[in-house]
Order: sequence, then structure tokens, then C-alpha cells
Amino acid sequence: MEMRKVLCSVMEELMHKDENIVFMDADLAEANGTMPLRDIFPERAFDVGISEQNMAGMAAGMSAYGMKPYICTFTPFASRRICDQIAISMAYAKQNVKIIATDAGIAAETNGGTHMSFEDIGVLRSIPSITIIDVVDEFQLREVLYKTVDYKGVVYIRIVRKETAKVFDENYKFNLLKADVLKEGKDITIFSTGIMTGFAVEAAAILKEQGIDTEVISVHTIKPIDRETIVNSLKKTKKAVTIENHNVIGGLYSAIAEVSCSESPSYIRALGVQDHFGEVGNMKFLREKYKMATEDIVDECKKMLGF
Amino acid sequence: MEKQEINFFESKCKEVRRLILKEIHSIGKGHYGGSLSIVEVLVLLYNKEMNIDVKNPKMEGRDRLVLSKGHAGPALYAVLADKGYITKEELLTLNKGNTNLPSHCDMNKTNGVDMTTGSLGQGISCAVGMAKASKIKKDNAYIYCIVGDGECDEGEVWEAALAASSFNLNNLIVFVDYNKMQLDGKLEDIIRMDNMDKKWEAFGFFVQNVKDGHDIEEIHEAIEKGKKQNKPVAIILNTVKGKGISLIESAGYKNHSMGLTDEQFKKALEELK
Repeated sequence: MEMRKVLCSVMEELMHKDENIVFMDADLAEANGTMPLRDIFPERAFDVGISEQNMAGMAAGMSAYGMKPYICTFTPFASRRICDQIAISMAYAKQNVKIIATDAGIAAETNGGTHMSFEDIGVLRSIPSITIIDVVDEFQLREVLYKTVDYKGVVYIRIVRKETAKVFDENYKFNLLKADVLKEGKDITIFSTGIMTGFAVEAAAILKEQGIDTEVISVHTIKPIDRETIVNSLKKTKKAVTIENHNVIGGLYSAIAEVSCSESPSYIRALGVQDHFGEVGNMKFLREKYKMATEDIVDECKKMLGF
Repeated sequence: MEKQEINFFESKCKEVRRLILKEIHSIGKGHYGGSLSIVEVLVLLYNKEMNIDVKNPKMEGRDRLVLSKGHAGPALYAVLADKGYITKEELLTLNKGNTNLPSHCDMNKTNGVDMTTGSLGQGISCAVGMAKASKIKKDNAYIYCIVGDGECDEGEVWEAALAASSFNLNNLIVFVDYNKMQLDGKLEDIIRMDNMDKKWEAFGFFVQNVKDGHDIEEIHEAIEKGKKQNKPVAIILNTVKGKGISLIESAGYKNHSMGLTDEQFKKALEELK
């Protein structure tokens, strides 16, 4: 199922259960699939128009009033556009706001460079107290929404609108503070996040056929990061590749490297967006052009192991 | 308003100005200008207009104030101290290490402060969010918000205004502290803010011009009239930056943040006798 359909159906369920939940869009409800909420909850699901800064501030005010606001827009407008509002009115003011950021990174596809956020995790990661989750697939999204509804604080939930490679199934259980070890191995670790996780799993299967035993860890929560799982893996493999749908500066690679430097120095290389802006193109084209495809993960691991 | 009541408010305003002076002078310098220009409206709100309970500061359904021009925190703290939310002694900790009274308002530090503000333009959005939340909860609260005229340079103020009128938030009353000065100079020399009333009117507000923004009775009447409207209300307070202390007033826009010598401080207090 498309992530936006999961988003809408879970929010409907949650809003039925909790009358303090409010859902706001900034003129992208049609794109993000959240329009049906307005028919069911005309008072609590509404549009603020193309004014993301005001939406963020309103959410903070609603939280201060005891509501549980969700705001939803494309990733660049849910981060860099409202960075100060997130920092001050939400985080510094200790408010309880969920930010649903859609169309992450290359998933913006034909909207191109202006709509392609490769910096959002980096920008938000340096704001104290924020929780940042880069969602893997529809099953994880469902769990993330259920498990964070009563979590107090600013939670940035990074998703795509459409369907992604399925990594999990209906039985998946999400633990905000624990990364998912998808495959144990001893030669090298692949740390992935968000929609790149499906390709990490594919790469591990190809490497296995070639006699390389990889460990695959899905780091869904970039902040607060699960240091224990990362360190345990690095102590074992001493080498790692990170793969992310984000600039390699400020995102998963940086977060893993920070943990590694202080607790388990290791040889780690980064796959992802190599510090450049985005452009128009479909996902396959962009993944291949930016060397974020399954084969690139395979090649990088082999290179690091001297093959 | 009875003469006796007006006298009560006038003496209260003098007391609050004395507290502001002592508070800011205790740390040497601070935002005198914008604090002194909103004394009357704050005193009136906290002593007559707002449904609040000092013994139950987090009371559900209470009226709230968002001081969007958060740098005027010292004025709000003086009023809160006068009401008993905090002690008058605490005012002398303003901006000192580990204080609960930072120059810009912090709802998590100061008892009685309803919203954290300081990054200009954001407070009014928070106030719109509160007013919308109050409508959802149907608790009949009023949300008051004070914005600076310089703050109106921020685009977010106008985004918030559009939303307030689109959502018919007639429980939102915005005061504009129209002292015609901002940090770097007079508004006319920085970014022009002529026809302030017409601007808010164009954004869908019921607008009233209070000719003397330090006239308690005039402000009171504007609030009462505003409460009868079916749209959000903007009350333009024509104020004087640094009002009440002649040597601060005469500093003009440079009183945005300034200090007083001990001698000037004494003289200023005498002026408030």
C-alpha cells in the first residue's frame, strides 16, 4: 500500500480514539492523501494554506493548549522552511508536535531540486530534543504512528508518498529506541535508513552468494540513535557502509560516524547524496546517477573488503 | 469606567513601571522602551479583562496572553509579580545566571507565562493556534496577543492574520504596540508601517484605533467592543516607546535596549512618585 494511504487510515483511527489530535495540512492534502480526514473530522482536520511557518506556530500554540497536533507537508517545507519555528516555538518551548514530512529526498522525483530535501535530517539533528525517524516501509509507518501518538515531544517522521520496497510485514514491532538488526553477519555492516533499507537487504543477499557475510542494520531512528546496537556491530565487523536517501553530511553517515569515533573507531564509508542538490528524474534514474543503487552497495562493500 | 477605578489602574501602572525600572536596572541594561510602552494594556488585561486565577495558573479554559514581542518580558514579569505569580524579589534576578526570568518569555521557566516567545513573528501564530484550540474545545476562552509594530515586518505575522480571519477566530484579540520605532530606527526610516489599521482590516480583522495607547479607559472600551464581534479583533495602540520616564522616552529608538546610571535611575523613580 502507498505510505500516504497508510498515513490517512492510521490517522483516522487515532483521531477517533483521541479527540485532542488535530491534523493540519499546508495546501498539500491532495498530494499527501490526507483530504479524507476533513470529511470525518471537519473541526480537527484542516488546511492552513501555503503558510508552513504559521502552521508550525499554530501547532505549537495548540500543543500549549493541550492538543496533540500533527502537521504535514513535503519534507523541505517541513524542515528548512520552518527550522526556526521548530527550534523555538516547538522544541525550545517543549511542545508536543508530530511533523509528517513526505516526499523525502529523491522521492520528490519530478518536482526536482527545489523540492528535494537532502539536508532536513542534518538541519534538525542539531536542534536539541527532537526525535527523527526515517521510515522504511508501510508496515513500519503504521507502527511508528501507533507508537509515537502518546510520545511527548517534537517527532519528525520522514516518509514518502508512494509504495516502497517491503522490508517488514504485518508482524513487525517498532521500538523507537532500538535499531532493527535485519541480518546478522561478521564481515561488514551495512547501516541503512528510510527507503534505502530495501536495497541494503538486496545487496546483502547478493554479497552472501559471493561468500561475503554482511550484517544489515536498519537505523530508523536517527535521533536519539541506538548507540548500543551500532557499537556492538562495529566491534564485530570493524567495517561499515552507510546508505541513506540524504546528504552524507549531517545524516545517517554523520550520526554513525559520531558514535563510532567516540566508542568504537571503525572504517566506515558513505553512500547517499554526495553533497549536491537534487534534480528532476524518476527514483530509479536518481538512485543510479547518485550511486545509491543495490549494485553500488555491493561494490562498496567488496571494495572495502579488498575484493 | 468609574473615576475611582481609573485612579486604581493609574497607580498600578506607576507601580509596574517602578518594578520594571528596578528589574532592568538590577542587571544594568535591557529592553526598557518596548516594556514601558505596553504597561497599560498588560495591567488592564491581568487586573480586569482576563479570566485567570493566580492560585490555579494552569486552569483549563482560562484566558491566555501571548506576548509575541517576547523581548518585553520584563513588563510581563512586573505585572505577574504585582499579581503574585512570582515574587517582587525575583524580579531582581532578571537575566542573571540560572534565573527564571530570561529577557524573552519562557513558559517553562516563569509561572504565569502562557507561551514561549522571542523569535519575532512566531507568537501570533501560537496565539492563533490557541484560539483555534479553544474553539475546538468550546471552552469560551479569549486569547490575547501583543505584537510589536516592528515585529509586523515579519511575514509570519500576516500568515497568522490570514489564518485567524479564515477560521473566524473572534476569540482572538491582537494588540499592536504602535510606538512607531524599532531597534534600528523609526519605522518610517526602516520599513514603513503606515495605515496600520487598514492593513489589519484588509486581512479580515475588526480594527479599532486607540488614539492614546496609554489611556486605560480607551483600551478597556476597545476590548469590550471587540468581544462583541464575529471576527478576530486588532486593537492598534498608539503608544510611546519608553513611556513614563522622560529620559528614556527622549532616547527615542535607542531606548529599545539601554542602561541607566544610578543617578538616572533615582531620577526616573522620582518621576514615578
